[in-house]
Amino acid sequence: MGLLDPFLLEALVNGILLGGVFALPALGLNLVFGVVDVVWLCYAELVMVGMYAVWFLHTQAGWPLALAFAACLPVVALLGVLLHLLVVRPLLNSPPINQVLATGGVLFVLQGAATLVFSTEFRSLGVDMPPMEVGEVFVSGTKLAAFCAALLGAAILWAFLKFTYVGTAIRAIARDREVMPLMGVDPRRIYLIASAVGGALAGLAACLLVVQLDVHPFVGLSFGPITFMICVMGGLGNMLGGFLAAFLMGLIISVGGFWGTTEFSYVVAFAFFILVMFLRPQGLFAR
Amino acid sequence: MRDIAVAAVLAALAALPLLSPPDYAMHVLITMVLTALAGTGWAMMGRYGLVSFGHGAFLGAAAYTMAILWNEAGLTPWIGIPAGIVVAILLGMLLGYPAFRLRVVGHYFALVTLAAGEIVRILIVALREHTGGSLGMTPAKAPPGGAFLAMQFDKAGFWWLALAAWALGLLAWRLLDRSMSSKALAAISEDEDAAASIGIRVTREKMKVTVISVALAALAGALTAQYRQYLNPESLAGLGISLQIVFGAIAGGMYAPLGPTIGAVITIGLDEALRIGFGTEFTGGAPLVYGLLLVLFMLFMPRGIAGLFERRAKAPAPAKPAEAPLPASAAR
Repeated sequence: MGLLDPFLLEALVNGILLGGVFALPALGLNLVFGVVDVVWLCYAELVMVGMYAVWFLHTQAGWPLALAFAACLPVVALLGVLLHLLVVRPLLNSPPINQVLATGGVLFVLQGAATLVFSTEFRSLGVDMPPMEVGEVFVSGTKLAAFCAALLGAAILWAFLKFTYVGTAIRAIARDREVMPLMGVDPRRIYLIASAVGGALAGLAACLLVVQLDVHPFVGLSFGPITFMICVMGGLGNMLGGFLAAFLMGLIISVGGFWGTTEFSYVVAFAFFILVMFLRPQGLFAR
Repeated sequence: MRDIAVAAVLAALAALPLLSPPDYAMHVLITMVLTALAGTGWAMMGRYGLVSFGHGAFLGAAAYTMAILWNEAGLTPWIGIPAGIVVAILLGMLLGYPAFRLRVVGHYFALVTLAAGEIVRILIVALREHTGGSLGMTPAKAPPGGAFLAMQFDKAGFWWLALAAWALGLLAWRLLDRSMSSKALAAISEDEDAAASIGIRVTREKMKVTVISVALAALAGALTAQYRQYLNPESLAGLGISLQIVFGAIAGGMYAPLGPTIGAVITIGLDEALRIGFGTEFTGGAPLVYGLLLVLFMLFMPRGIAGLFERRAKAPAPAKPAEAPLPASAAR
């Protein structure tokens, strides 16, 4: 060692781990936007519902954690489908801003409902894994596990999009939504599937976040804005770009926190986002 | 004739405190009028397709500038508020100029403003030595006899102040509507390239309306903080308050001058009704109802309540799918 300050190294490692956590919701949001062409402003709130689902099933209903995780995915996927059927589909022909505001309304609904049902108290899952020491760097076990699960989730999504018929249709629709109906692809069905997959990704993200963060009705506001920015920075609809942007943002926040305060690092991250929007609105990694 | 009617309504509203209404009613009314001002400011941009999700930043910037100047330099809010508005306008220009110049529009504009709003909120929290961080801050009490200088009035005083500010907002709306800028902005929101090709200076027009919009929102923010005598980053900056402003303006209708005011009356009225009707146990109720209404408005009444009163001829005819096959219509 000696080349790098161990604390800086730790910040770098944590940044990459943090990026893994951001990557999943950014991928889900990207999928929905790329395919359906509607921004789900309430995406982080879907994650919040998933976090409550895991917390409730594990600590209140006494389910084993693995089973609670397994139940969380279909629950949030179903929520995604409902969101599409009840709110997004009727607005498909409306101006984009109406669509965004309607999903913004869902954001308030979910926050309000969570407050009503669970109150504003912070709920903790109370699961923690011992930190591991790799070389001179301490790594949180939970973060590492969450990171690996995020990578696995991304890999499964990639395989689904690459090797299945439906996945191919999804990618095709994201590329050109006018021609695909002529090729015999039913956009209604594809939109529905994309919404379900987007919801399931939010559910998976919820599983990974609930072990690291306490859940409360407004927890979505703590990672929602950054998720949007990652998604846009990578290039809306560009999965790989979003995935890379997640790690970039994770590193900025973590290393920024190493040199300054956490708040400072978020300011840098948001300012970086604005700069990217000004200079490369098509996304950092656009082809 | 119309001017006389407007003046009469304003005079009647201004005379309200003479009836010595209960303090609580005055409190609700003041809150409504200040919220209406913020919504009016937002709608100035929103109605031309410049949808900002960061207007909370301007409320916060002006309010905190004013309060810090008062607490740390003893500068009266009468100067502090204009100073705060100037700070907010500079912020708006700093963000707006490159955004308009580089043609950041639609979703992208909304997200850039969202990011900017978050930056301001985080900065307010981070500068906790001056702002009190997330715990908030209170402006210092006025010295004896200095209530006027400190702008610390009773309910009636604030009512007149808020009413004057609100009337100023409506006046700005009217002046803008009568100017060429309004036509230029309407053209820009239809088709930016076409507007530029007939000689409309797109960036300049957008900057103009941004400055007006930001100034009104900033005035609303500073007056709200001064009225409450309490500043908090969550209630004066950040995504939550920004979305609330947007919701009020949309629900009331952002295309009519009184639309955002109707929206403010509804949102504040709803807040208060739910709070009184259900007490503190129902804390999640207000956002829940809010959100539901927002969704329903978007689905069934996208032009807001004021849209119901528009003359039929003025409303653009809804595109018939048979005549205008939109690409997405295949999906229905």
